[in-house]
Amino acid sequence: MGVVTPGFFGRSRRPGAELPPGQYLTEDFPVLSAGPTPRIALDEWEFSITSESGEVRRWTWKDLQAMPRESFTVDLHCVTRWSKLATDWEGVSLDALLADIESSADFAFVSSYGGYTTNVPVEDLLEGKAWVAFGYDGEELAPEHGGPARLLVPHLYLWKSAKWVRGITLSNVDEPGFWETAGYHNYGDPWREQRYWE
Amino acid sequence: MSSWRVATVVGIREETATARTLILQVPQWPGHRAGQHVDIRLTAPDGYTATRSYSIASAAMADELEVTVEQVADGEVSSFLTESVAAGVPIEIRGPLGGWFVWSPEQAEPVQLVAGGSGIVPLMAMVRTHASSTTGRPMRLLYSVREPDSVFYRDELRERTTSQTGLSVNYVFTREAPADWPTPPHRIDATQLTAGTIPASERPTCYVCGPTGFVETVANLLVAGGHDQSRIRTERFGPTG
Repeated sequence: MGVVTPGFFGRSRRPGAELPPGQYLTEDFPVLSAGPTPRIALDEWEFSITSESGEVRRWTWKDLQAMPRESFTVDLHCVTRWSKLATDWEGVSLDALLADIESSADFAFVSSYGGYTTNVPVEDLLEGKAWVAFGYDGEELAPEHGGPARLLVPHLYLWKSAKWVRGITLSNVDEPGFWETAGYHNYGDPWREQRYWE
Repeated sequence: MSSWRVATVVGIREETATARTLILQVPQWPGHRAGQHVDIRLTAPDGYTATRSYSIASAAMADELEVTVEQVADGEVSSFLTESVAAGVPIEIRGPLGGWFVWSPEQAEPVQLVAGGSGIVPLMAMVRTHASSTTGRPMRLLYSVREPDSVFYRDELRERTTSQTGLSVNYVFTREAPADWPTPPHRIDATQLTAGTIPASERPTCYVCGPTGFVETVANLLVAGGHDQSRIRTERFGPTG
């Protein structure tokens, strides 16, 4: 236990709300990003997956929309300590997108329109754990929240869920992304409170 | 960086009716860069803890660490820090944190700062750090604020604009302007942003900090005004309790 702060009692405890350590509940949907919000026209939008052999698979917006879509409800945990529970999304699972890719790579390097990058182990993208999401709360995903489409890997801190996602490069080498090289944890499990470099 | 340190509140400065600056003495503080933040952790007698992030307001070379906290509605940490905390109280902090929204005096290019409301705090650390820069290279601050009484660091900013070579400050009042102000209060727009900032042709690095809507608006206007998006760094403040 930390040093008791004289005079601090905190608000009423909420044993029912299961949050990762150090998180608090918010009803808003705060926005965090490192630069201006990129604007991408849907007829120019493209998403690609590049395998470790250099083979590239591309999807236009129309291609993506033709994929089997899933609706899912997940909790979001941001490293800046807010958590938002039971958010409703629509998107295409990475299982579907990776299904025809010939690869045995362990690591995924994610790139976004606007230059943002992040890294995620491939196994964290599979088995219903990750999506390219384009619908939020019954609407099109707003640009400031990553629209037209963002990666969503909700079991990791939200910076791993790259907004304005553009492509994934599979590799046998783990390459840290934008925040991972700026002091934040390489993996980012909220339940183990992996916020920063230790 | 990851370990918690016990800081002591050694002074308190009221900034506005709802915001105050806490002056902290931190044993073995490793130093920070202008724009970084710290986590502050409060612990109740039963072990319950609440942690929030706050931007550092003090200069990179300052001996004491300063954070300015604005009270947010229903915020359990900000309420304690703005109302209950007194000099002598120990508070746990961790940091410095954040390696992107930072400015160093070694940077050679001109710097444009754009603050919305309490988004001034990390930018004030840059203003204060700029004072130690001997080159006098331009640093310009555009500070959008609700009304004159909401301005943080008012006297210090006025004093610095006359004494600090290379620094200039412009204000935008969004709800209520001072009596002698030339323009009626209004939200920041393209005309004001152009008039109150370093031109894109001089290729400044821009640091924009404030509430989400403000940062969206300003960053979009800067891009539309010809600033390269790679030279615009943003930090958005949500209501974080």
